[in-house]
Amino acid sequence: MIEVAHLTKRFGRLRAVDDLSFNVEEGQAVAFWGANGAGKTTVIRCLLNLIPYEGDITVSGIDVRRNGKQVRQTVGFVPQELNFHDDLTIAETMTFYARLKKIETEHDFTPLLDRLDLSQHVAKPISDLSGGMKQRLALALALQADPPLLVLDEPTVNLDIRSRDTFIQLLLELKHAGKTMVFSSHRLEEVTALADRILLLEAGKLVVDSPPDQLEQQLGWESTLHLYLARTAIQPALDALQQHGLPVAMNGRGVRVQVAPGKKGQVLQMLCEAGVQVDDFTVE
Amino acid sequence: MLDFENILVLTQKELYDARRNRWFMLYAVAFTGLALGLAYMALSGAGNYGLAGFGRTSASLINLVLLIVPLMGLTLGALSLAGEREKGTLMYLMAQPISQAELLLGKFVGLSLALIAALGIGFGLTAFAIALNGGSAEIDTYLILMGFAVVLAVASLSLGFLISAAVQRGSTAIGLALFLWLLLVFFGDLGLMGTALVLQLDVQQLFLAALVNPLQLFKIAAISGIRSNLEVLGPAGVYAFRTYGSALLPLLLGLLLLWVIIPLLLATYLFKKRGVL
Repeated sequence: MIEVAHLTKRFGRLRAVDDLSFNVEEGQAVAFWGANGAGKTTVIRCLLNLIPYEGDITVSGIDVRRNGKQVRQTVGFVPQELNFHDDLTIAETMTFYARLKKIETEHDFTPLLDRLDLSQHVAKPISDLSGGMKQRLALALALQADPPLLVLDEPTVNLDIRSRDTFIQLLLELKHAGKTMVFSSHRLEEVTALADRILLLEAGKLVVDSPPDQLEQQLGWESTLHLYLARTAIQPALDALQQHGLPVAMNGRGVRVQVAPGKKGQVLQMLCEAGVQVDDFTVE
Repeated sequence: MLDFENILVLTQKELYDARRNRWFMLYAVAFTGLALGLAYMALSGAGNYGLAGFGRTSASLINLVLLIVPLMGLTLGALSLAGEREKGTLMYLMAQPISQAELLLGKFVGLSLALIAALGIGFGLTAFAIALNGGSAEIDTYLILMGFAVVLAVASLSLGFLISAAVQRGSTAIGLALFLWLLLVFFGDLGLMGTALVLQLDVQQLFLAALVNPLQLFKIAAISGIRSNLEVLGPAGVYAFRTYGSALLPLLLGLLLLWVIIPLLLATYLFKKRGVL
């Protein structure tokens, strides 16, 4: 659905995006993951032709640079900074953007607003809305025309923990409904929960392109597994794990062990086979 | 291909915003108050009290229009894109299925209509007050002045849009707009005189140099609408009147319209090149 080839964006001498190439299949959820300044937002702005860029981007075969307006007809966008016109109410904002998207004036947005818990606030001006409500409004606006592609820039950055979970749940529902999603985030738990593929960006370059379950492996990350055991089980556990050559040490109520990417389950399996019962564990 | 439905939606939004724009309201009230005041004082200058007729009021209004109308157009235009860019609303607007040219035109038409409405109120109320006092002679000169004031307002707005498309911050845009206003209003005449002296321009060159400034275009057009000749403008005025005769007014109108079109086209080009940042 999306083809990006040799995308480069310079701001003066700085290369915010540096020769980036990737594609997104229809129905896929792809996350741009990386620290602040990695180039995630810039890529999203280029996808919508909001800023000039070098390289080629097509969406559903349409050249974004030449036919940006046509491409944006098929995209629902949730920006990182929720800057709507403050003097308009939710209802007026919905109507204004619906007209720009050529949605028929009789269209009833109540089910959409109900789903996003905004129905009772439609008469409120934007200036009176909380960050969470603005975020939900942004999603409502993105879904107005029921577009096949959603582009979300740090969609949960303005939300508290509880609202974040609810919002992620909403996005998961949309993903299961078949929407293609491209989003940026710097939260690992968010990208692993939502994405089918994670594109790790560093200084505008693509470092890793991986499914979430292989990310640790691709990055070569080691985890520290804290295993909570009965006092009598600590020594047998140490023996069993050392026998397999794992770096293990005692740790208060149990043991801690350094584990290679994708091997955490094997540690538990080894202890199980050695007859050691694990009460609990945490991963660091 | 321009989508006129999009332009209409954006025009309506701009008109809606203009009603709440304090700058706009201030300009409208100031222009109306000063126009009414000038109409009153024009007659008192002739040794009488009360409201002057259309002809004398038109002559008095030329300087008011030269001062206030470019200021209105330049500042409102300068804030149009740069203000939205600074607030962040431009980014979200441009993420919708609209083109840069549609956004620019929608905003331009909306602000032009708002400006025309403000001028209409000022000129209209003044005309109403004059008519109530029995003056009706020379209403045609008054209407010509109003027409040229509208074109000058739209040309100034277009220049303001050009500034707005080029800069990032609203404050920078306003600063540049005020600088350009000072340049056009105060240094236009002085600069022209200085250039004529230093370069020893002949009358033809002097007249052509005057045409570079839209405010001079308005001034020549307004005076030629009121008086039967342009002697008041000196040798260059006499030259223009003798050379172009009845074609002078359409020529000036055409040149003023170029001041509307060319900056707007440049603004569209700059906006496309720069993007929303």
